[in-house]
Amino acid sequence: MKHIVTLLVENKPGVLARIVGLISGRGYNIDGLTVAPTHDPEVSKMTIEVPGDDRVLEQVTKQLNKLIDVIKVADLTSQRFFGQEMILVKVAAGPDQRRGVLDLAEIFGAVVLGVQSASMTLRLADRQERIAEFLELLKPFRILDVSRSGLIAMPADGA
Amino acid sequence: MRTGAQCVIDGLREAGVKTVFGIPGGAVLDLYAALYRAPIEFILTRHEQGAAHMADGYARASGRPGVCIVTSGPGATNTVTGLATAYMDGIPLVCITGQVPSNMIGNDAFQEADTVGITRAVTKHNYLVRNVDDLPRIIAEAFKIATLGRPGPVLIDIPKDIQRAKTKAVCTGEPELRNYKPTVRGHPKQIARLAQAIQTAKRPLILAGGGVIAGDASAELTALARKASIPVATTLLGLGSFPETDPLALRMVGMHGLVAANQAVSHCDLLISVGARFDDRVTGKVSEFAPHATIAHIDIDPSAIAKSVEVDIPVVGHVKHVLEDLLKLVEPKSHPEWLAQIAEWKEKFPLSYDRFGGRLPPQFVIETLYRVTEGSAIVVTDVGQHQMWAAHYYLYREPRTFLSSGGLGTMGFGLPAAIGAQLARPDKRVVVISGDGSIQMNFQEMVVAVEHRLPLVVVVLNNRHLGMVRQWQAMFYNREYSASVLKPKGRAPNEKVSPPCESDYLPDFVRLAEAHGAAAARVCRPEQVEPALKQAWRERERPTLVECLVEEEENVYPMVPPGASLSEMVHSLA
Repeated sequence: MKHIVTLLVENKPGVLARIVGLISGRGYNIDGLTVAPTHDPEVSKMTIEVPGDDRVLEQVTKQLNKLIDVIKVADLTSQRFFGQEMILVKVAAGPDQRRGVLDLAEIFGAVVLGVQSASMTLRLADRQERIAEFLELLKPFRILDVSRSGLIAMPADGA
Repeated sequence: MRTGAQCVIDGLREAGVKTVFGIPGGAVLDLYAALYRAPIEFILTRHEQGAAHMADGYARASGRPGVCIVTSGPGATNTVTGLATAYMDGIPLVCITGQVPSNMIGNDAFQEADTVGITRAVTKHNYLVRNVDDLPRIIAEAFKIATLGRPGPVLIDIPKDIQRAKTKAVCTGEPELRNYKPTVRGHPKQIARLAQAIQTAKRPLILAGGGVIAGDASAELTALARKASIPVATTLLGLGSFPETDPLALRMVGMHGLVAANQAVSHCDLLISVGARFDDRVTGKVSEFAPHATIAHIDIDPSAIAKSVEVDIPVVGHVKHVLEDLLKLVEPKSHPEWLAQIAEWKEKFPLSYDRFGGRLPPQFVIETLYRVTEGSAIVVTDVGQHQMWAAHYYLYREPRTFLSSGGLGTMGFGLPAAIGAQLARPDKRVVVISGDGSIQMNFQEMVVAVEHRLPLVVVVLNNRHLGMVRQWQAMFYNREYSASVLKPKGRAPNEKVSPPCESDYLPDFVRLAEAHGAAAARVCRPEQVEPALKQAWRERERPTLVECLVEEEENVYPMVPPGASLSEMVHSLA
């Protein structure tokens, strides 16, 4: 099972290496990772997707909590949370296919970033399931390139 | 205005540091210049690994953080084994490394290494100092982190320009660690549950680990065991946390544990682990560990709890405080049947060994050492068979009297750690128990013991093999002694050993010790052991190496084969 772990960490050099090193050094995998400063420039927030059973995740969060630069660790998997990801996708679409791609973009709320003679570049920010559906439906047009931001997440309740 | 180097030395003094170990080099010349005039005892080691182990031994013997200062690049990388050793066993160290000047970092400069990158996985925390104004705070923080919660090594990497830069910054009062606040007081509800479990248990058992010693909780542990009549088994690092001469003592548990201790684990109905982390060498097969027991675990480190063994009553907190709170709730109890059962196991399965008809059994040496020292020494071991015999045949009565690399199992730890221990505890005598394999891994530090007139007794159990490797090869690899024989066939003429101790091996440890300025003796028969050890024990001004040519193929028993449960102990080579 995939767990979504968020961390508040000191925004200092080497902190990312410390966290990634701890997770990989103890034999756990990382499926996705995002990191950026919060409204407090001294603090960064990370969202990490870690596969593993509950016991593995309990050990991961305990180990992360021991790091001096880690302020707070939360495993969001057991609670209600918002999880969003952004993608940029370039599809092969000449003049004849543009209408079809635009229809899909409209249905999913994707934004057209650019149109080229034989391709279109779109942006979509949504839940990961919706993004998977969108990419599946774009397949017939032939996907040329995808950039994914990785998941960012926040609990639905509480402070 | 102070220089960065001066801030470091002042920071050490403010932290109460009296002794520093290390070797200078280009990137720490400024630190050493500041150290030159400081009222701090400096111990020049002969290898940076020795410096790290000495700081470690100093910390284990005294409870105060050990400090070493080494240069950049190879100086720093040489400390890695020492840091990893301390990290695994939870020993407070502060290691200060020089770094190339800030503007050269990343340029593959002379003696440059990414020290914080390399040591990240073997330190509790590390710093690369980028601004001299941060230095006073970082030094104070490092000592706090090293000692707070589960102790551990902290490394501070200081570029040369930062050591020379000037600052007005000072660190007043205790530094605030906003993110690191270990739980000290145990949860009252969990402590009450544990007290209740003790009240109803018929076959309770305490498993005491290194945390009892680190947490200075031996008195509380002993009081609890006696009040509620609970027998106490210890891990290797827990030796000395409970007096082994006490009738309630079961002594060491685990792979080479005593039968009574392992049987008690397998039959108890309540196992209270105090500051022990259920290492695989302790548990044997995890699924069959303490199969009938409710398991309680007291530990300062939340990540130690339920890491390998499922726990029914977790108590996160400082062992000393938790045991104090627990003592107030626990009523006096007695368990005559359980203690009778344990007495029967002790009676039926005592430690025993083959006398080899006049040749020298290694166990006999340790027994004699115990007698000669009257059990009063601080014993420091290396790693291997001799380490287990040191655990079996010497009785530890006080905390901080058995120092050993338990978690990492670092051969070469013993001699430098003993030097650190002797400097920390001039009021005690320190004995090294080592093997012919281990002692060669850091022998160069013998010079330091000679230089500082430390009266170490260094007992080398020489079996001409990497004994523990050979034992596993004998038991599990068809007696094919691949690369475990330290006995060359043709001996060089200048390495001949005089009769009656003739034997093919290298080096001549007696002459090696003498070349370093130490006294030395060689024994190969039981009746020679006591006089040689007594002579060494009388020495007050210099170390003495006592080389004991022991039986070559003796094995450590009892033994739980790897992967087996603690109830399946082997007592001889089948």
